Amino acid sequence: MITTYLFYLLTFLAIMFAIRVVSTKNPIHSVLYLVMTFFAIAGHYVLLNAQFLAAVHIIVYAGAIMVLFLFLIMLLNLNKETEPHKSVWLKTSAVVASGLLLLVLVGALKGASTIQATNTFNPNIGLIENLGKTLFNDFLLPFELSSVLLLSAMVGAVMLGKKSIK
Amino acid sequence: MGLEFLIYKAILVLIVFSITLLVATYSTYAERKIAAFLQDRIGPDRAGPFGILQPLADAVKMFMKEEMIPSVSNKALFIIGPGLCMLTACMTGVIIPWGKSINIGGTDYPMQIADVNIGILYLFGVLSIGVYGIMIGGWASNNKYSLLGAIRASSQMISYEVAMGISIIALVMVTGTLSTGEIAEQQHGWHWNVLVQPLGCLIFVICAFAETNRAPFDLPECETELVGGYHTEYSSMKLGLFLFAEYINMFVSSAVISTFYFGGYNMPLIGRWVHDPNWLAILGFVFLFMKIVGFIFFFMWVRWTLPRFRYDQLMNLGWKILIPLSILNLVLTGSWMMRHEIMAYFAK
Repeated sequence: MITTYLFYLLTFLAIMFAIRVVSTKNPIHSVLYLVMTFFAIAGHYVLLNAQFLAAVHIIVYAGAIMVLFLFLIMLLNLNKETEPHKSVWLKTSAVVASGLLLLVLVGALKGASTIQATNTFNPNIGLIENLGKTLFNDFLLPFELSSVLLLSAMVGAVMLGKKSIK
Repeated sequence: MGLEFLIYKAILVLIVFSITLLVATYSTYAERKIAAFLQDRIGPDRAGPFGILQPLADAVKMFMKEEMIPSVSNKALFIIGPGLCMLTACMTGVIIPWGKSINIGGTDYPMQIADVNIGILYLFGVLSIGVYGIMIGGWASNNKYSLLGAIRASSQMISYEVAMGISIIALVMVTGTLSTGEIAEQQHGWHWNVLVQPLGCLIFVICAFAETNRAPFDLPECETELVGGYHTEYSSMKLGLFLFAEYINMFVSSAVISTFYFGGYNMPLIGRWVHDPNWLAILGFVFLFMKIVGFIFFFMWVRWTLPRFRYDQLMNLGWKILIPLSILNLVLTGSWMMRHEIMAYFAK
């Protein structure tokens, strides 16, 4: 019962903060609202008993990526006055495109409540022991491949950051 | 999960919170006294016997000062900054096991607020959120020195978080758990983790210094270059909260270091003389506190002994020395744990 209330509260908060992300003029406020949205989503993960995912979500997104965004915005000193004005055509096409996306999402989720789950769901999969065992037994190859992907991204970043390659 | 349980937890939270605040308050007094001792002075001795009421006098001074908010600053964020700093500083105390459980009338009352199975990750999450208070405060001041101080603070914290994380992964490999309660429990007798992970412990302690922005890592508030760092524009109790958060962080990191590496509430040989579990639990709390006080003294000792780093030295230490060292520690730990398999491979 209490989880249902929490679910609705978190959903409400997540959507409100997400709306504020796009509606505020100040980019710093936008980033901070995005961080709050991440917190609300992490709350959802906790409700789904995926504590590891919640913690990692906070550490990676709120703690690392958003801090770097904040860095950039603070150093560039973006504010309302320097914000570039976009043309009417761009705005109109953005509205149409996102409206179409909304239509697709609503259409896709319309019948979702009638679908029966075919795989048996293990509610404890989000706990760290189970998740680790699953990742390193059943999904070892994709897991290692994604780590190679991250490594190559890191090497690429270092290469771009170097002024001259000897 | 009855009402009784919730009330007990609420009381525990209240106790831990007030102990944290009390210790942090008296750390300011201890800092002055230790500084005085190391510099061959007397230190504060006017307010009360041995100056013991000095923190109170400081607090009164902080509250009475004129409150100033720069007119161009972002008001809401300017106020949120120090609050966020305090919030994240107080949040870490939740996962620290302050002692074994006390048994009253057949019911166990654990002395840890939340023994979550992701305790260490929670700690990291809180640490990584801790940057925001300083960054928001520094940016909202609308002052170049504040902004530079804030950026220094956050880049320092982010850099040292990496080395800290890798050194903790080695600890997790040895203990096989992410729960702080279990880590403390495993270190009974002489099984302190510092004996298993000396290098990891050293790296962790250095990173803890950097994370709390204490000297020799106090570049964010380097007054010779940056006027006052990220809190240049702050006055009155808002400044007080920033400074106070540092002391809370120091207390909490001392508690974390004691729990992770120095046995937590365990003390070797004590089981020989004391057999009653309740007395053992209370003594455990006392031992943990003794360790924490020792580490707080160590923090202060270092602050008044070592000069501040230069900024490039700080970054070199973080990225070029501590991170490779912690990766080496990780590899060594891994190969020690797999030594039988490796030996068997070469014997073949």
